[in-house]
Amino acid sequence: MEDEVRLMKGNEAVAHAAIRYGVDGYFGYPITPQSEILETLEELMPWETTGMVVLQAESEVAAINMVYGGAATGKACMTSSSSPGVSLKQEGISYIAAGELPALIINCMRGGPGLGTIQPSQADYFQATKGGGHGDYHLIVLAPASVQEMADFVALGFDLAFKYRNPVMMLADGVVGQMMEKVVLPPQRPRRTDEEIARQCPWAVTGRTGMRKPNVMTTLELDPVAMEKNNLRLQDTYRRIAENEVRFEEHGTEDCDYLIVAFGSVARICQKAMEDARAEGLKVGILRPITLWPFPYDEVKRLSKKVKSILVVELNAGQMIEDVRLSLEDRVPVHHFGRMGGIVMDPSEVLGALKNIIEKRQS
Amino acid sequence: MKEEIIIAGFGGQGVLSMGKILAYAGLMDNLEVTWMPAYGPEQRGGTANVTVILSDQPISSPVLNTYDTAVILNQQSLDKFESKVKPGGTLIYDPYSIHHAPTRTDINIYPVEAMEATFELSSSKAYNMVLLGSLLKVRGLLPVEAVMKGLKKTLPERHHHLLPINKQAILKGMELV
Repeated sequence: MEDEVRLMKGNEAVAHAAIRYGVDGYFGYPITPQSEILETLEELMPWETTGMVVLQAESEVAAINMVYGGAATGKACMTSSSSPGVSLKQEGISYIAAGELPALIINCMRGGPGLGTIQPSQADYFQATKGGGHGDYHLIVLAPASVQEMADFVALGFDLAFKYRNPVMMLADGVVGQMMEKVVLPPQRPRRTDEEIARQCPWAVTGRTGMRKPNVMTTLELDPVAMEKNNLRLQDTYRRIAENEVRFEEHGTEDCDYLIVAFGSVARICQKAMEDARAEGLKVGILRPITLWPFPYDEVKRLSKKVKSILVVELNAGQMIEDVRLSLEDRVPVHHFGRMGGIVMDPSEVLGALKNIIEKRQS
Repeated sequence: MKEEIIIAGFGGQGVLSMGKILAYAGLMDNLEVTWMPAYGPEQRGGTANVTVILSDQPISSPVLNTYDTAVILNQQSLDKFESKVKPGGTLIYDPYSIHHAPTRTDINIYPVEAMEATFELSSSKAYNMVLLGSLLKVRGLLPVEAVMKGLKKTLPERHHHLLPINKQAILKGMELV
């Protein structure tokens, strides 16, 4: 039964996969083109089987803050929305990132800006990969290209979120959300017990038991020195993620003269274009970043050395292209210096950083 | 084997469900399938279309601009998709709601009096099944039994008493073309 091949929409697959992963809570608010996630969960009534909470909140803002609260107790919590709704969630997402909490946020992108259209888009790439909310934080961003990946990335998303204590965004679009194709759902796992959660998440605010030190969950830090420390810890997490979690997929890159870089459903569309181009003797290859953050800079750079040109294809005015261009930076190195948390640098620090760079170039 | 199909008509005519049944039937027959609706705020009366791909190989793009086969249920859809059928491809349409018949000579065109047939069957809801029957006959894509299994999967159990009339409609469509 578990391995049965099913036919369903990407959104429906997310709902099934969430229950089977043993998610503790889903909090959402309807918006096209992702409403089937909430609808399917309500149809499946997991509160009667696994005990998973499914709640239609009064707004997107309420939903993301319910995720924040649930995540703080070590529970596996998620929300989903589409572009305008995800904009509303940004404050909460920044807080979840600052609180170093695991959570899964799904954005099934539609056309923007503003209330926009309800059709597929990839115009939230900047928002998803470059922050979105305020402050120096990163989400791990997964871009599914099939219904199977919509299902699989629920588990992958939560696994990464708990491994790094960092929120994960599944950046889908109206195509993968609305289309139906074959999917094999993962086996049903039990939800974690309170003891298991306490073991896995010693930081969780679960109510103080025994004589353990109280856990405090706050994102407010009045002392800039302490806040810079918090920032440095976050940056260290992001470095570890960037080192270990870059994911991508390639087609026809072994012998290609031209490289297409595309993500999500657009990569599927480009694959068809590649098949057609190859039929005409044009050697085209595709690089599909699966993690949009961390972005596969090294792989783009490696491939760029053997191709004549690169075409970036996206459902937006040119967003991921900036990361592709960044990958190609080899002749002119770009460096950065900064401080964080409210600390203002003094001139000597700037001079020190500058000297550091010159020294490194000479050695 | 690979068949790229567009089904287009008014919302409410059963365009999306016809595609769904076809996709489920493909699943029952162990094919790779994609079902991609042109979803919109349209409801009953607006335009609706769905792209269904059946293939024995993995499917890349679920979005297409030309098709092997078009099943057309209204004039707007004919105007939009007649030119998108690949040369040598197939166009199936119901003349009932068509004022200007298709004119291409490089494709195979099959008018199917599906609406008339549903009057005989006295079930207007089986309209899309008549056209599905014609599609199956013309293209020989899938056995009727796979389609019936697909139908059983898509139809909620409380409607299972309607399976025989749907089968009748499919057979009628096969006979008409």
